[in-house]
Amino acid sequence: MPQSTAERRAAPVAAAPSKPVGATHRRPGLPWWRRLSRDRMLVLFALPGMLAVLLFQYVPLLGNVIAFKAYQPFLGIGESPWVGLENFRIIFNGDPAFLAALRNTLILTGLQALLVFPAPIVLALLLNSLFSDRIKRLVQNVLYLPHFLSWVIVVAVFQQMLGGSGLLNNFLRTHDMAALEIIGNPDVFHLLLTAQIIWKDTGWATIIFLAALSTVDPQLYEAAAVDGAGRLRQMWHITLPALKGVIILLFILRLGDSLSVGFEQIILQQAAVGRGVSEVLDTYVYNNGIVGGQWGVSAAVGLVKGVVGVILVLGANKVAHIFGEQGVYKS
Amino acid sequence: MSATRTVERPPNPPVTPPTRQRRGRRLVLGTPLPPWYVQVAKALVLGIFCALVIAPFVAIISTSIAPRDQISRAGGLVLWPDAVNLDAYRSILSGGVVTQAALISVGVTVVGTALSLFTSCLLAYGLSRPGSFASRPMLLIILFSMLFSAGIIPTYLLVRGVGLIDTLWALILPTMISGFNVVVLRSFFMNIPDELLESARIDGAGEWRIFSGIVIPLSKAVLAVIGLFYAVSYWNAYFNALIYLNDSGLWPLQLVLRTYVINETALSNTDLSVAENLPAQPSLQMAILVVSLVPILIVYPFLQRHFAKGMMIGAVKG
Repeated sequence: MPQSTAERRAAPVAAAPSKPVGATHRRPGLPWWRRLSRDRMLVLFALPGMLAVLLFQYVPLLGNVIAFKAYQPFLGIGESPWVGLENFRIIFNGDPAFLAALRNTLILTGLQALLVFPAPIVLALLLNSLFSDRIKRLVQNVLYLPHFLSWVIVVAVFQQMLGGSGLLNNFLRTHDMAALEIIGNPDVFHLLLTAQIIWKDTGWATIIFLAALSTVDPQLYEAAAVDGAGRLRQMWHITLPALKGVIILLFILRLGDSLSVGFEQIILQQAAVGRGVSEVLDTYVYNNGIVGGQWGVSAAVGLVKGVVGVILVLGANKVAHIFGEQGVYKS
Repeated sequence: MSATRTVERPPNPPVTPPTRQRRGRRLVLGTPLPPWYVQVAKALVLGIFCALVIAPFVAIISTSIAPRDQISRAGGLVLWPDAVNLDAYRSILSGGVVTQAALISVGVTVVGTALSLFTSCLLAYGLSRPGSFASRPMLLIILFSMLFSAGIIPTYLLVRGVGLIDTLWALILPTMISGFNVVVLRSFFMNIPDELLESARIDGAGEWRIFSGIVIPLSKAVLAVIGLFYAVSYWNAYFNALIYLNDSGLWPLQLVLRTYVINETALSNTDLSVAENLPAQPSLQMAILVVSLVPILIVYPFLQRHFAKGMMIGAVKG
């Protein structure tokens, strides 16, 4: 079979070598059992990974039915009695703990959209404007590093630097200045969380913007310069449009996570600052469900959160299409 | 067959060679260099960013090796040690809680990374031949799983249901496959020309032989990057350990780190199974922090040159 298609294969390969070229020898017109027996090894290869994905990503989706049940661990999911929308009623009738978690989540999402999202764009523009490649690469390698540290390490580092007996306050005290209360201070907790995210991931997030910028044709800049455009106009008319698609793509993906504002990071610092400002939807689910045993209500919150995330992504993608952008996927 | 031609140059079209990345902008006539104060401002801003990243590490490493009297004089962290004193490392690594946690973390990372990388490569290769049986629906299943997560409670119930609570497998199996990594691997495998695989097929090689003898050796760069991603996520795993492990005897380094550094529980002689006087607490704490950092600091320089390449394949195509 492969030999017979050898000639048909040759043409597209020569024409577009960068395109995936495996398609031609696999005739899709065959009945499915023939294709299965032809590709049985490939299917066998994919099987363990697919099973892991199905078991740990899709089976739990079914487990969300406990949001409609009064789940009792000793009865199991099947035996627990149905309660309809009772769990949702508890949430939406204004459980104050839930409302506080929702409020903190929205504040953090707002701060992140405002401060965390644009930071890597600005940094990428700055890096892109450097003339020395060597310095650029050095700076990149330094700024990528925090991304690979765990949240435990990042939180520990922040405590050691900014805490009551941390480096900053030691310095202030030895120079006869008042110590700053940053760690464990509810008033600045949301800003502290935001600063930690910026410290950890801004450098890493520049990668995708720099990749987009590296595809810009240098001749565009030359042409603009010949036409008398200064650096700022070049940035406005060439660099930023080159980034537009990536920015929209990342913003849509970010929307899907907008109700997930950093479980690990927050749960680590909850003891220091109290639940009042630190409880978010994810920690609410964890604290009430796994720790507190209110399975049904917590699962309902988790379900609402997941559904809202999916709706936001699909909706934003729709809006992107309306404005003629590609978005995450084509319609 | 043109096998030899293609072997010489493994295909990765999205990567522009470095010379192209040195955009010709500085050579453009009519565009002067920015004024000196702009250059100074840039250097200053980037210098401050880099210092903000590096300074904490210097202070942490310094404190972990500083002598006791210097630490008590400074009242905590020191920026530069007067002398080198490795007692803190000797104490935490001579057995006890920290040593055990470090061994558990190493074990989970090694086993998990090997397992993840192996199954992900197989999965990605299985999906990388267009038109093969069910590859399209399987890819969609993976892509769709990246858009949502089932939620903390149902996932916990499942992990408990399959009996993984309080086993180290709970740190590995639920996060074994990362959809993003599979997609990156798949795009890389798809760029391996089919003629190459075809010629092997004609020579009588089975799919496994093709996979292990041709596909894997051609993909070393992307394997290095994806392997690093998996290894880092296992080494850093905190969420799974917190939720699934009640038995503190199984705790990996991250949970030990939380107990002794973030919650500032003092380390005692019994924790460390050390008989003599312990070094100053800040030294001990910072030594634990350094131990949890070191693997990443060691691996990072070797792999960072692959990042841009590997990520771009994923980012530009995905």
